[in-house]
Amino acid sequence: MIGENVPPAMCYYTKLEGSGGKCRTCLVKVTKGSEKDPRPMPKLVASCKTAVMDGMEVRNTTSPDVLDARKGITEFLLINHPLDCPVCDQAGECKLQDLSYEHGLSKSRYDFHRREFEKIDIGDKIQLHMNRCILCYRCTQVADQLTPERVHGVINRGEVSEISTYIENVVDNDFSGNMIDVCPVGALTDKTFRFKSRVWYTKPVNAHRNCPKCSGKVTLWYQGEEVLRVTGRKDQWNEVEEFICNDCRFEKKETNDWIVDGPADINRHSVVSKNQFTYELPVLQKQIEQSNMTEQ
Amino acid sequence: MQSLTNRSKVVSDKTMTWKERMYIPAILAGLRITIYHFFKKKVTIQYPEQKREHSKYFRGVHVLKRDDEGRENCTACGLCAVACPAEAITIVADERKKGEEHLYREEKYSAEYNINMLRCIFCGLCEEACPKDAIYLTETISTSNYHRDQFIYTKDMLVEGIKSGERIDINSRRQGVREGAM
Repeated sequence: MIGENVPPAMCYYTKLEGSGGKCRTCLVKVTKGSEKDPRPMPKLVASCKTAVMDGMEVRNTTSPDVLDARKGITEFLLINHPLDCPVCDQAGECKLQDLSYEHGLSKSRYDFHRREFEKIDIGDKIQLHMNRCILCYRCTQVADQLTPERVHGVINRGEVSEISTYIENVVDNDFSGNMIDVCPVGALTDKTFRFKSRVWYTKPVNAHRNCPKCSGKVTLWYQGEEVLRVTGRKDQWNEVEEFICNDCRFEKKETNDWIVDGPADINRHSVVSKNQFTYELPVLQKQIEQSNMTEQ
Repeated sequence: MQSLTNRSKVVSDKTMTWKERMYIPAILAGLRITIYHFFKKKVTIQYPEQKREHSKYFRGVHVLKRDDEGRENCTACGLCAVACPAEAITIVADERKKGEEHLYREEKYSAEYNINMLRCIFCGLCEEACPKDAIYLTETISTSNYHRDQFIYTKDMLVEGIKSGERIDINSRRQGVREGAM
């Protein structure tokens, strides 16, 4: 039962404390409150912020109310989204793209001017496209909880709120790169991967190294023999298993820096697995040969 | 065995008569058919000089369109390449620099756009996949060549000219693609 019945979430992240409750995409209908109090909950509730009770009955996709609400919320999330997927580097692994594909309308009904911001460089490795942001606050929670001092946050309120370092300070602590991984949309992207390729032309390979700062367990994204991008390993909910440091993410882009574990597990319905350009994995082959050599 | 149709002829190996062995009636009958064809309407045309009208659904060599201001529509999103069943398309993207706004419509553009015409099956899935109205199949026929590498059409062979006279009209095709008829 677990799996396809888990509601989509844009803001909730199990590894970040206090996340959730903002995007409202995970609304579900509670038809029975609990064993003691079997009354249904009067309104749809955000499943990420609702405590589970004994005997609680929850309807997710089986309830037309939920599907209808989710459709409306998707439309609201997309109101100010520029829909520049052909340009965006996140396309193919973007949760907002998945959400709008499953729950959205094929056309936008919004005719007015979408809000526009300038691109901001957060340091020389991370780029912030505020246009694409859906204000899930995950990245600020990464800054709060993973790094010693908070250097960026959300300024202004309501419709005009935006993620910012305020006076374009450089975010340069060791774990700042993780905000790229937690961003569900293409608002925070890796500048070293900018426009290099599309996600579905690269091959994800799990690898590790002995890193003094982090666990060193990453996914390398190969095109041919070239490592185009390094990200944290993501589970089936698109959440990173372990946060990785900036050294691993931005500096180590040679196969020699890594010990390859094997191809990353990608859902076969994902566009990443649609990669028709089947490259061999010379990397793996070489390492196997090398290990054979050392054994002899 | 009974034949299924009455069009089949039973072959016999009976010896020919003297008259038949003269072959003259047979030759005359054959010549009659030949001469009859001199006065019939010709089925062939003189190709390079004369050209047949193409069907509405004809799919020839691709064109990469520019918009009304002469900027390239293609943003190198890679959807044509992933839609291509023959894996004929390869794209390398690049970022638009300051001062190139008149050349490329969006901040990303295709620095290289190659179509291998030997691989291409002219199915038209690329133009269906294109979200930017950038690629269309034209009525031009892919030319023959002596070398295989000349069949890899690079971007300068695919992008239409910037002047108004060099533009390629694809309006009827665009309408057909949108309606899903092509």
